[in-house]
Amino acid sequence: MENNQNNPQGEIREYSALTSSNNTLSESLKRDAATYDVKKVERRAKAQKIISNIIVYIFLIALAVIVIFPFYWMLISSVKTYDEYTQSNPTFWPQIFNWKNYADAYSAASLGTLFLNTVYVGIVSTLLSLIITVLSAFAFARLEFKGRDSMFAFLLATMMIPGELFTITNYQTVVVFLHWKDTFSALIIPFLVSVFYIYLLRQNFKQIPNELYLAAKVDGKSDFEYLIKVMVPLALPSLISITILKMMGAWNSYIWPRLVTTDTTHQLITNGLRGASFYLDGDNTKVNYPAQMAAVVLVSIPLFIVFICLRKYIMKGVSRSGIKG
Amino acid sequence: MRVKLENLTKIFPNKKNSGEVIAVNNFDFEIPDGTLIGLLGPSGCGKSTTLFMLSGLLKPSSGHIYFGDEDVTNLPPEKRGVGLVFQNYALYPHMSVKQNIMFPLQNQKMGKSEMMARVVEAAKLVQIDELLERKPSELSGGQQQRVAIARALVKSPNVLLLDEPLSNLDARLRLQTREEIRRIQRDTKVTTIFVTHDQEEAMSISDYIVVMKKGVVQQIDVPQKVYDEPINLFVAKFLGTPPINVFKGRIENNQLFIGEEMITKYKADDQLVYVGIRPEGFIVDANGPLSGEFKSLEVMGRDSSVVSTNPNSESPIIRSIVPSDQEIAPDEKGKVHFFVKPKKFFIFNADTEERIFEKE
Amino acid sequence: MVDSRQQWKAWLYLLPALILLAVFTVYPIINTVKIALLEGYQPLGAMGGELYAFGFSNFSKVIHYKDFLTCLKNTVILCVTTVPLSCFLALIVAVCLNSIKYLGKVLQTIYFLPYVTNTIAIGMVFAMMFNIVGLTAVNADTYQGALQVYNIYTNSQGEHIGYVAQSWGIINNIIQAFGGNPINWINAGVNINRPGANTYIANITVMIVYIVWNALPFKILILLGGLQGVNKQYYDAAKIDGASKWRVFWRITCPLLSPMIAYVVITGFIGGFKEYSSVVGIFGEDMGPAGNGSLMTIVGYIYKAISSNNYGTASAASLILFGIILLVTLVNLYVSSKKVHY
Repeated sequence: MENNQNNPQGEIREYSALTSSNNTLSESLKRDAATYDVKKVERRAKAQKIISNIIVYIFLIALAVIVIFPFYWMLISSVKTYDEYTQSNPTFWPQIFNWKNYADAYSAASLGTLFLNTVYVGIVSTLLSLIITVLSAFAFARLEFKGRDSMFAFLLATMMIPGELFTITNYQTVVVFLHWKDTFSALIIPFLVSVFYIYLLRQNFKQIPNELYLAAKVDGKSDFEYLIKVMVPLALPSLISITILKMMGAWNSYIWPRLVTTDTTHQLITNGLRGASFYLDGDNTKVNYPAQMAAVVLVSIPLFIVFICLRKYIMKGVSRSGIKG
Repeated sequence: MRVKLENLTKIFPNKKNSGEVIAVNNFDFEIPDGTLIGLLGPSGCGKSTTLFMLSGLLKPSSGHIYFGDEDVTNLPPEKRGVGLVFQNYALYPHMSVKQNIMFPLQNQKMGKSEMMARVVEAAKLVQIDELLERKPSELSGGQQQRVAIARALVKSPNVLLLDEPLSNLDARLRLQTREEIRRIQRDTKVTTIFVTHDQEEAMSISDYIVVMKKGVVQQIDVPQKVYDEPINLFVAKFLGTPPINVFKGRIENNQLFIGEEMITKYKADDQLVYVGIRPEGFIVDANGPLSGEFKSLEVMGRDSSVVSTNPNSESPIIRSIVPSDQEIAPDEKGKVHFFVKPKKFFIFNADTEERIFEKE
Repeated sequence: MVDSRQQWKAWLYLLPALILLAVFTVYPIINTVKIALLEGYQPLGAMGGELYAFGFSNFSKVIHYKDFLTCLKNTVILCVTTVPLSCFLALIVAVCLNSIKYLGKVLQTIYFLPYVTNTIAIGMVFAMMFNIVGLTAVNADTYQGALQVYNIYTNSQGEHIGYVAQSWGIINNIIQAFGGNPINWINAGVNINRPGANTYIANITVMIVYIVWNALPFKILILLGGLQGVNKQYYDAAKIDGASKWRVFWRITCPLLSPMIAYVVITGFIGGFKEYSSVVGIFGEDMGPAGNGSLMTIVGYIYKAISSNNYGTASAASLILFGIILLVTLVNLYVSSKKVHY
C-alpha cells in the first residue's frame, strides 16, 4: 500500500486506508441505504426464520417422538393380552386392559423381594458412601498433611482404569477369600468409595471461602463441628446429586450382582428382570411379552418418579460430572 | 462521517409488571465528522442502549439515525460499516491476534494480500504488530484492548463505537490507554463514540460529552463547558472530583443565603435553592461569609483539602481545596470561614433542580 | 502450618476411604497384573500356598482365541459407528435446542429420559419392538392363510418360498407400512432377506440404534450446556462484522464448543469399548441371537472368563482392554490437542 512507505518525519503517520475519508464502506453505505428495501428484506428474513423454525421444530419433535416411543410401546404392551400383542396388525391403544400381566410379572420375577433388596442395598450403600465421601473430601480439601496432593493425584489416576480390571480381583477377594457370595456385604462394601464422588465434593468444598474456616477456628469450633455445621449444608446440592446418582447406580447395577449373587434373596432387581423367564402359561416356547413389559414397567417406574421430582438435581449432577470429570 | 440522531427512542418491555421502560428518550444530536464523543452517565442511564442502537444490534422504537445523509435506522449492523469494541473486548479466544483482526475482512470480498496489508496496518496503528501470532489469553488487558480496537478499525468503519473501553483496565493503564484512544482517533479521523460512567475519562479525551440520566440527555457540550456551566444539579454533581459541595439555600431580595449566612449578591427571584460550590471555589479567609465547623486538614502535596461541616450541607462533609502554602487556622469557636469564587458556584431551583442564572 | 496433631487427624478422616481403596482399588491393580502374568493361576490354590510359573501364556491365549477376536471386532464396530453418529446427532440437537424459543425445557427433559432408564430393562423393550413372533417359512404359491407372505424367494427346487409371522413386531410393521420387506432383527437362523446369509448385520444394526438412543441424553446435555455457556457477545461481534450464520457456526461456535465435543467423543469411545449391558439387554445373557454369542464384546468375554474361573485370561483380557482404551484416549487427546481450543 502506497502509504506504507516510511515517512521522513517519522512522527506524523497517515493511515489513509483506515481513515474514514476515503473508504469504500461509506460508498457501499450510500448504495445500501438507497437500495435497501427494509420491508422486503424484513419480510424475507421473517419468512426464512419461520421456515427454518418449522424445520427445526419438526426435527426436534420427530426426535422426541422417537425417544418417547419405546416408553409408550412398553406401557401399552404391558396391558395388552398376549393375543392382542401378537396380532398381525398392531394396535396403538389396547383393546382390553389386561392388568393380570402385572400380577404375572410380579410373581414370575419375584419383583417384591428384589425390589426390597435393591432399596435396602441402595439406602445402606448411599448412606455409608456419603459419610466416607464427606470425611475424605474434607481431608483433601481443607486439612493439611504430608503427601496430600500426590495421593489425590494418584487416586484421580485410578479413575482412568476400566472397572472390569478391578472386578476380577474383587470377585476373588469377595467370593473366594471372604466367602461373601450371596450376602449383601458383597453388594455394598466393594463400591462404597468412589474417587469420582470424592473429587466432586472436594471441588465443592474448595469453593467455600477459607475465611469461613478460619472464622470457625477463631470461634473455637473443632474441625468436625465446622464440617457438619458449615460445609455439609453449603455443599448440600452436591450431596443430593451424589445421593441420586448412587441410588440410580444401585437400581441399574447388573454386572457385579450377577457375579456375586445366585438367588433371589440377595439379587437385585435388574438381575431378576433379565434372568426371569416370562413364558406363556404351559408353553415354554412362547415368551409372554406383555408380562415381560409389565415387569419392565415396574422396574422403570420408580426411576421415572425420582427423575420427575428431582429433575434439576439430576441434570445438574450429570452435567457437572460431565464438565469436570 | 457525520452522525445524526433524531428523536431516537428505545422502549423495553418490563417483564415484571408487563409495563414499559424507556431506556432512551428522544435523543437528538448531530455529531460532527471526525469528532470523539463521550456518552457519560450512571449505569442504567441508556448510554449503552444508545451505542447499541448506533451499531444496529438494537432497533430503535422510534426516531432515526443518519450516517452522513443516509438514513441507516433500518440497516442491519453488517451494512452500517461500524466498528464496535465491547466492554470485555469479545476477542475470539481460539483465534490468534492476526485471525481476530482479519475476521471482519474475511466476511467481505477482499484479496488475501490486501487483507494482510490492512491487518498489519491496523496492528501498527495500535502498536501490537509484534503480537500478531499470539492468542488473546497470552495478552495483557491493555493489549487485548488494542487488539479489539484494531479489529474494529481494520475495515475502516464509518463510525467507531466503544463500550466502556477502559473499565476493565487498572488505573495506570487506563490513563495510558485513554491517551492512546485519543491518538488513534486523531490519526484515523474516524467519528468515534464511546460510553463511560467515569466523568474524568470522558472529560479528558472527548471533543464533546453527552451527559445522560434515565434515558434523557441532560447536556451536550465541550467538556470544559459542561464542567463550568452545568445545566442542572445532576450534571453539576456528576462531574468533578472531588465532587461538588451542595448546600440548601434560598434567594431573598437578590441575595443568596445558606442558612442565615449571606454569601453573595445574586439577582434572581426569591425562591428556595440548592447551591453547588466546586471544591476549588472556596477561599479561606477569616472574613468570609460562609462558615463551617473545622474537622481536619488533608495535605495532598500541591493542594490541601479542608474538611468541615455545615448544617445546611447536603453531604456530611464539605471539602474545599486550597493551596497547601496557605495556613489554615480555625477561629476560637473551631470554625473556618470562606469566600466563594464567583464562577465556581451554581444556583439550582430546589424543586426542578434546574440552573438559575443571574439576571442581567 | 503442618502441625503433627492435624496430620494425625487428617489420616483419621481418610481412614475408612483409604482402607476400602487399598483393598478394592489398589490391591486389584497389582493383583490383576500378577494373575495375568502367572500361568494357570487359581485363587484357592494360591491360598494353599501353591506357586505358579511366570509367563505370557494368558495373553497369547486371549489373543489367539477365536472368540476374543469376535469380541474385539464387535466392540470396534459398535464404537466406530455409534460414537460419531451419536456425537453428530447430539450436536445438531443441541444447536437446534439452543436456537428455539418455546418448548425448549420440555424437549430437553424428554431427550434426557433415556439416561434415567435401566439399560437392561429398556433393552428388553427394544428387543420386543424389533422381534418377530411366530416366524414360519411357507410355500408362497400354495399358502392359503389370511396373512400376507413376505420376503419371497425361489429356492433350488424352483419353489417360491416366503415367510409369514404371527406378529412381525412394531418396527417391521412400520417398515411394511412404507412398503418394505420385514427384516429378522433379533432372532437367529434364517435371514429372511437373503436366505443362507446370517443375520449379523441386522443384529448389529439393532445394537447401534439402541446404543445411540441411549447415548444421546448425556451428550446433548453436555453440548447444550457448552452452547449456553458461550458468551453472547461473540455473536454480537460477529454480527457487526457481517459474518454469515454458517461462518459463525464453523468459525466461532464450533471452536468454542470444541472442548465439550472432545469430551463427549473421548468418553464416548471409553464407554463404547466397555459396551456390555446394552447387548445383554437386547440379546440376553448369552449375548447373541438364540444364545450363539455372536455379539459378544470384550467386557462380555471378561465376565464369561470370570464365571468360568479362568482368572488368568480374564485378567489378561482386562489389561488388553485397558491398553486399548488408553491408546484410543491418547490418540483422541493427540488429535484434540491439534484441533481443540481450551
